[in-house]
Amino acid sequence: MSKPETPEPPSGEITPEPLFWRRREFLRNAGLGVLTAAATGTGLVWLTQGGPGLARGGGKDTPAPEPALPKVLGRYSTDEKATSYEDITHYNNFYEFGTDKLDPAANAGRLRTRPWTVAVDGLVKKPLTIDIEELVKWFPLEERIYRMRCVEAWSMVIPWLGFPLGDFIKRVEPLGSAKYVAFQTLLDPQQMPEQRTHILEWPYVEGLRMDEATHPLTLLVAGLYGKTLPNQDGAPLRLVVPWKYGFKGIKSIVKISFVEKQPPTTWSIAGPREYGFFANVNPDVPHPRWSQATERRVGEFARRKTLPFNGYGDEVAKLYAGLDPKTLY
Amino acid sequence: MAPRRPPFPWLKPGLLVGGLIPFAVLVWRAARGTLGADAIAFGLNQLGYLALVFLMASLACTPLKTLTGWTWPIRIRRMLGLFAFFYASLHLLTYVGIDQQLDWAVLWGDVTQRKFMIIGFLAFLCLVPLVWTSTDASVRRLGFARWKKLHRLAYLAGVLAVVHFIWRVKLDLRVPLTWAAILGALFLVRIADEIRTRRRKRARQPVAARSVDLAG
Repeated sequence: MSKPETPEPPSGEITPEPLFWRRREFLRNAGLGVLTAAATGTGLVWLTQGGPGLARGGGKDTPAPEPALPKVLGRYSTDEKATSYEDITHYNNFYEFGTDKLDPAANAGRLRTRPWTVAVDGLVKKPLTIDIEELVKWFPLEERIYRMRCVEAWSMVIPWLGFPLGDFIKRVEPLGSAKYVAFQTLLDPQQMPEQRTHILEWPYVEGLRMDEATHPLTLLVAGLYGKTLPNQDGAPLRLVVPWKYGFKGIKSIVKISFVEKQPPTTWSIAGPREYGFFANVNPDVPHPRWSQATERRVGEFARRKTLPFNGYGDEVAKLYAGLDPKTLY
Repeated sequence: MAPRRPPFPWLKPGLLVGGLIPFAVLVWRAARGTLGADAIAFGLNQLGYLALVFLMASLACTPLKTLTGWTWPIRIRRMLGLFAFFYASLHLLTYVGIDQQLDWAVLWGDVTQRKFMIIGFLAFLCLVPLVWTSTDASVRRLGFARWKKLHRLAYLAGVLAVVHFIWRVKLDLRVPLTWAAILGALFLVRIADEIRTRRRKRARQPVAARSVDLAG
């Protein structure tokens, strides 16, 4: 039996050849157009995701909460609404792990914070090297809810967990000749990859005048939100000086030295015209490139006015009596 | 015969849609609240960076044609320039309207005191006459030579934009300096081409002079 023949379509339904090719061309062009759009769009999105100097948008990979540390309620706390844990741990300046705000959260996992020792040396009666586990037991950890004002004109409210640096200083007994306290961050490019570059001089160093260091507002911090300090926020031990710009709060401290002369500080080495030793928050002294008059509280939409000494003037302005505030940046 | 249509008819529509994708992504993320802790700063940076990328792309068209002989880069140059202006405008509006919320005292301080802001604003101003004269009719009205001269402002805008970027960064200059290098490379291609053209002209001249001599 013969197969049924495919019926020939009526000639009127046959696509005329030029139209057939036009349709082909149209489909081809449409396809290439979509490809071009996809390639351009992907390329641009890729370009704008990467690169230091461009903050990337937030991820949501909040680490599991650490076991809570025992704490007592501290003095000087603000009753302002605390910034979320997510933002405090995913919007960090910690250049040892990268210059983007999200780099520390992504890269600080490789920092080993145990075992960890802190050396105390210089003009001090009892030079010593102390294990962090022991150090956090020297004093009860207090919760202090402080404002944190970054020199980049953003701010947060952070429930720190720590103890007054002054208590620590009293215990290690500096000599009368000690006028300043110098701090140093860990130097280990294996753990802190950005230390292989030269964007800053490593290790990060900071310093305080003795009266600033012993002021009851100044803290050594080992936790936040009642938990062990996350690596990206400066674990296992960092400095918090709430009336100064955030970069004074040196992170991952390995050494505390008592010295006679004003010690060098990392940011004032990098940009002496832009970042001084004192770095007191001052809305009237603009950064050479931007205004310090206002700040954006992370999580808020409108800017708010920046307060002199970050709102801690009642407590600390007397430390600078007789000094020109313009020189205290 | 039908008039020859230009090749790659898909190029411009594709670029138009592709160039809007990052904007769509930004709007989408803003709506979902996933722009990170400081969403305004993030959006501001993204828009500024996109403006820079498109400005650089538009400045790359002529060197690309010089190097390869392709003509299609010239056909998309205007669209790239308009995209640069589109993103630069959004960048500026975001700063003025959303970041500073029309705080004129601060904005006045910016344009009178802070060179970083002044340079960025000047870069934007450079783009305005270029957009204004971006139509074919404008080219005819001005005459090609004058139009071309005016549009050299794009180079200035490129330089100002890169300087603005360099000054914006607190410390880490690697990305802005990469763009400065790209801009420098684009200039080099143009300069090399200019020198070559002049030499060729000069090489032709003595021959012409000699032929006059012979005729005399």
